[in-house]
Amino acid sequence: MSSRLDSRFTELKQANRAALVTYICAGDPGYDASLSLLKQLPAAGADIIELGMPFSDPMADGPTIQAAALRALNAGQTQLKTLQMVRDFRAQDSVTPLVLMGYYNPIHRYGAKGFMRDASEAGVDGLLIVDLPAEHDSELGPLAREYGLDMIRMATPTTDATRLPVVLERASGFLYYVSLNGVTGVGQADNAVVARALGRIREHSDLPICVGFGVRTPAQAAAFASAADGVIVGSALVDCIGRADSAKQGVADVLTLVSELAEAIRSAR
Amino acid sequence: MTHTSTQFSQGADAQGQFGSFGGRFVAESLMPLVLDLEVAFNTALAEPDFLTELDRFQAEFVGRPSPLYFAERMTELYGGAKIFFKREELNHTGAHKINNCIGQILLAKRMGKTRIIAETGAGMHGVAAATVAARFGLPCVVYMGATDIERQRDNVSRMRLMGAEIVPVVSGTGTLKDAMNEALRDWVTNVDNTFYMIGTVAGPHPYPTMVREFQAVIGRETRLQMLAREGRLPDSLIACIGGGSNAMGLFHPFLDDPTVQMVGVEAAGEGLTSGKHAASLKGGVPGVLHGNRTYLLQDGDGQITDAHSVSAGLDYPGIGPEHAWLHEQGRVEYSAVTDQEALAAFHVCCRQEGIIPALETAHALAEVARRAALLPKDHLMVVCLSGRGDKDMPTVLRLMEEQA
Repeated sequence: MSSRLDSRFTELKQANRAALVTYICAGDPGYDASLSLLKQLPAAGADIIELGMPFSDPMADGPTIQAAALRALNAGQTQLKTLQMVRDFRAQDSVTPLVLMGYYNPIHRYGAKGFMRDASEAGVDGLLIVDLPAEHDSELGPLAREYGLDMIRMATPTTDATRLPVVLERASGFLYYVSLNGVTGVGQADNAVVARALGRIREHSDLPICVGFGVRTPAQAAAFASAADGVIVGSALVDCIGRADSAKQGVADVLTLVSELAEAIRSAR
Repeated sequence: MTHTSTQFSQGADAQGQFGSFGGRFVAESLMPLVLDLEVAFNTALAEPDFLTELDRFQAEFVGRPSPLYFAERMTELYGGAKIFFKREELNHTGAHKINNCIGQILLAKRMGKTRIIAETGAGMHGVAAATVAARFGLPCVVYMGATDIERQRDNVSRMRLMGAEIVPVVSGTGTLKDAMNEALRDWVTNVDNTFYMIGTVAGPHPYPTMVREFQAVIGRETRLQMLAREGRLPDSLIACIGGGSNAMGLFHPFLDDPTVQMVGVEAAGEGLTSGKHAASLKGGVPGVLHGNRTYLLQDGDGQITDAHSVSAGLDYPGIGPEHAWLHEQGRVEYSAVTDQEALAAFHVCCRQEGIIPALETAHALAEVARRAALLPKDHLMVVCLSGRGDKDMPTVLRLMEEQA
């Protein structure tokens, strides 16, 4: 539905390489540093951006992304500021797809219709709401379609053959394949197992499939990039900010790692 | 009201929702698990063997039925309604929590699960979970906020004695909501062998329905006991609410009896206007957390805010979705009681009846203190004595010293 996501995956298919999808948490470690990082991600090699909306109770995330959300909230990040970041980003970049990722409650509180309208107007391309499974599509799905936003769905190792059609119905943009059972940033999936899972999903869907959870190094990214349409890296990037002595250093470290990941993915096939 | 009098006990719809509340707001990784659990639960409930086994454990292990006790001296003190205690604090492990844990462990066993996880606030659910896990020989991991571990040391020791592993949760505020986050993270990581034993009528469907069903033994017994003793149904029911499992258990079998008035009592902490309370209905707005839509304490941006109560068991920023629905329907009245009022009622119960109640339960007793004198002497009032207060001795003694 989003022309930016569709165009990007079409381009990459022609170039015969996977997308590098980078996750950062909006407002981590502060608004200015986070915006500066966001603006520099495409030049460093990010093909698609996932921008996390911080939430006080991120049930599906490991310690790294929990800490990032807390840093952002403590620095005063809000839903309004996150949408403002997207507007600021769009002022200089009209082509890189940007997906908001997070939990349902902050959108629920904002008001679903108002949020979808404002997100669309700000230049968001899609949403991935972790605790909004396919069964609850009616909460945001119709509004997303009204405002031209993709609802990105997740499939996991527990999504079996009978369940897969439920997940894929009304999924758009791309499919986020969670490589292992668990929370973000912990553990590492077996590449062969993931490749088999992708093969199974492709029998049911033409959507591009991006693989995430537990991808930390350029080598791991390259391994997944041979079979997947995209590789999602989050905790490893966020960790750079958590470990750095200063916000400026954190931003520089993230960009360095993004460049390395991009290079590895470009040479994977 | 447009509803007929028989609709309030109808339960959740196919989406697991009570009106707009409840649901299954969980990550895709957990969806197949909650759907499996729903099937297993519904199948078990339809099988006489399961119900027979459940009844046997309720009788021989938990010690049911719990007595319905006429609180004669408290009745005299207030000089109005005839007050009865439903004595859940006499159950094995000292609270109503075990009713639910026995049901869930029998279900876990039927499902072939080999590992139990649980969250706990005050530690009463953690103790009950550790107890049934020991009885059935399954390893048990209990997630407990670091703050709660500090203020409920005795319960931590009890859990360890029965072989449970206690994992301190330091994320967030280190209380019940954070323990629940951590338990959900464990479950999503160990999907194959693990059974998540939720302690209250919250979480994704089918938990609110399942926990209520296992706790409804409280109300079913109360009904029979009151009919046997007084020849009629009670006029009012009063219970404290954190997540709301003892209240839901007492209320549910009476929901379609229009003459029975019900009051759920939330924790007002230092007062509803202080910002330091745990009253989700009185001071919260609808939102989505821990798998269900319900009233939540949250800020204007949808971030969950800290609950506050002298009782660790009520220290939760949400409330079971069925309560949220009954609140909106107007079938159940919800009130809120401060720390101070609860402490005063705690002492009255000790002195008048020789029963040391849990601080959670003392909130229900404070509501009794507000109402009883204003009611006629033939008004039959039942309060759920949900737990005993041994665990609260350090807190109560500290507060008595501070006030001396």
